[in-house]
Amino acid sequence: MALLEINNLQTSFFTDAGEVKAVNGVSYSLERGKVLGIVGESGSGKSVSAYSVLQILAGAGQILEGSSVVVDGQELVGAGENVLRTIRGNKISIIFQDPMTSLNPTYTIGHQIMEAILLHTDRTKEEARERTKELLTLVGINEPDKRINQYPFELSGGMRQRIGIAMALACEPDILIADEPTTALDVTIQAQIIDLMISLQKKLGMAIIMITHDLGVIAQICDEVIVMYAGSICEKGSADDIFYNPKHEYTKGLLRSIPTSSNSGKKLEPITGTPIDLLNMPKGCPFAPRCQNAMKICINNCPELEEVGPNHFAKCFINLKEAIEKGEVEVEEAK
Amino acid sequence: MSEVNKQTPLIEVKNLKEYFDIADGMFKTKQLKAVDDVSFYINKGETLGLVGESGCGKTTVGRTVLNLYKPTGGEIYYNGKKIETKEDIQEFRKKATMVFQDPYSSLNPRMTVSDIIGEPLDIHHLYNSKEEREAKILDLMAKVGLNSEHASRYAHEFSGGQRQRIGIARALAVNPDFIVCDEPVSALDVSIQAQVINMFDELKKELGLTYLFIAHDLLVVRHISDRIAVMYLGHMVEMGDADEIYEHPLHPYSQALMSAVPVPDPKIARANERIVLEGDIPSPLNAPSGCPFRTRCPKASEECAKSMPEFREVKPGHFCACHKVK
Repeated sequence: MALLEINNLQTSFFTDAGEVKAVNGVSYSLERGKVLGIVGESGSGKSVSAYSVLQILAGAGQILEGSSVVVDGQELVGAGENVLRTIRGNKISIIFQDPMTSLNPTYTIGHQIMEAILLHTDRTKEEARERTKELLTLVGINEPDKRINQYPFELSGGMRQRIGIAMALACEPDILIADEPTTALDVTIQAQIIDLMISLQKKLGMAIIMITHDLGVIAQICDEVIVMYAGSICEKGSADDIFYNPKHEYTKGLLRSIPTSSNSGKKLEPITGTPIDLLNMPKGCPFAPRCQNAMKICINNCPELEEVGPNHFAKCFINLKEAIEKGEVEVEEAK
Repeated sequence: MSEVNKQTPLIEVKNLKEYFDIADGMFKTKQLKAVDDVSFYINKGETLGLVGESGCGKTTVGRTVLNLYKPTGGEIYYNGKKIETKEDIQEFRKKATMVFQDPYSSLNPRMTVSDIIGEPLDIHHLYNSKEEREAKILDLMAKVGLNSEHASRYAHEFSGGQRQRIGIARALAVNPDFIVCDEPVSALDVSIQAQVINMFDELKKELGLTYLFIAHDLLVVRHISDRIAVMYLGHMVEMGDADEIYEHPLHPYSQALMSAVPVPDPKIARANERIVLEGDIPSPLNAPSGCPFRTRCPKASEECAKSMPEFREVKPGHFCACHKVK
C-alpha cells in the first residue's frame, strides 16, 4: 500500500465573492522514498492541495465531503485535531516557501527546533538539545553550539531555510512536503539547498512532495511529476514522460515558453491569454480558452484523466482524437 | 574603453560608485558600498544583461545610471556627452526610462491607466492639446497589447502580466532610446513571462531601443541579451558576449553561477556536475579584503587577499576581474 493516498480531494474557499474551488478532484498516491514534484502556476492549487493533507488551510478554506487523504492506512479527512496533531511535524512535516517569515522572530532557533522534538517524543530537554545540534550539523550549519542560541534575524536566507529543513526533519518524518523551498533564494544558494535535500533524501529515505513553479528544479530532483492547472491535475507521469513526451497541451505550452539554450535568440512561444478566474470556471476543459488546439468538444465537456502510457496520465481530448485517428479506439466506444 | 569598439556607445559608465550611509549606533554612520568602481558600456540597439545575486548591487547600478540615486563618484555618458548638471539630467530622463520589478507596487492604485501612462507626457510637456494626449496614450496602450477600453480602469483590475504592460507603456511614453528593465519578469508566471519577454524583443526591433536588462533568472537573461555583465558584492567581475559568458565563463564566480542554473531537462540535470559554492555572500558592510569573492572561491590564494584584481580586457570584448585568469 502506498504511504500517502489522496482520493478526489476537493478544497474550496468560501469568500464573499463566492466559492473558489482551489482544488477540484485531485487524486494521487506517493510511495515510500519517492520524490514527487507538483508544478503549476500561481493559483493552480498546488500549495492548497498539499496544505489540505495536513489540514492547515486559512480560515475560509474547507475540505469538501467525499475527499479522502489516507496516510499509512489512516484516514485524515474528518479526523479530529488530536489525531492530526500526532501526524503534523511527526509523520508528515512541511518546509515553507519564505524562510524570512516562517520562523518566529522572538524565539531562538534552538527553541523552535526543540519544540517539535519535545512535543512528539519522550526525550528530555537535554536530549532534545543534543538532537537539535545533530540536526543543525546534518543540514550543514557550522558551529551548532553557537547557532542554537541565535535568533532568526542573525542568519542569512539560505541558513534560515536550512533551519526550516532541520525543523521539518526533527522527528524523522515519512513524508516531507517542500512548498517552493528555494524560490526565495539566490541561484547559488538554491543549488546548495537542492543538493542538501537530495543527499538527505538518500540518507534518511523519506518521501518528498516538492511543490514548485520552476521546471528546472523539478528536472533535478523528481522521480514523478504532477502538472496542475486550475485546481486539477492535467498530467501525471515520470519526469522523463513529462519533459520528453508531454501529452497535455498545457504541459507542452509550458515547456515551449521557457528560455533554454536551444531556443536562445529565437522567439519564445508563450501560452496566450491569462490564467483562469477560479470564480468563473468554464464547463469544459479549464485550459480550453488558452489552448491553441482546442476543439469543439473541449469547450463543452471536461476530459477525464486517461492513461496515455505506462504510469502516464493526461487529461486532454487531443490524445483521444489521436487514438481514434490511429484506429486504436472505436468512435462509438469513445462516446 | 575597448579597442574593438570604435563607435560611441549610447551609454557609457566609468568607475561608478554609490555609497549609502547607514546608521551605526545613535550618532555614528557606516558606509555601505553598494556599487564600487563599476564600468561598462552599451552600444545603440544592444541589450546588456546584468546578473548577480540579491545584494550584489545590480538594481543600484540601474537606478544610479538614471540618476535616481545621485552617484557618489564616477561618470555617466549618454551619446558621448557627460551628464553633470540638473539640465542634463532633465534632458536625459526624456531619453532614458525604467521598468520596475514589482508590477503591484510600482503603479499608483489611485490613478487610472490613462493617467499612469499620461504622467510622463504631462511632466515633459509632450503634447499640445488634450486630444493629442489622449491619442498618444491609446497608441501606447496598443503598442503593449492593452485594450483601449481599459484606459479608465485602475491598476488593481489587472493581472500581473497586464500590469507589467502598463509599466512598460509608461516607460515608452517619452519615446526613449534607453530603458533600464529591473527584473521586469521575475514576478510573473512562466506562461506570462514568455509573453512579456517577446514583447520586449518586438519593441526593441520596432523602436530601436537599447536595454539594460537586470535579472537574476539566468535563462531569461541569456535569451534576451547580446552581452552580459556579472556582478558580485558591488563589483563587476565579468562582462562579455552572452554566449561566451554562458559557454566559457572565465571568472570562478561566473562559472559557479552558470553551473548552478537549474536546466529544465532531466537528463542534462542528472548528468550536470554542478559547482556548489560554500557559504553565503558576505555583507557589503564588512567586505573581505582584496578580491570580494575570495572567501567562497575554490581557487583563492594569498594573492587574492592582498589586492583587488583589476577589471581588464582578457580577450577582445571579454572583461574579467580575477588574478587567476591570465
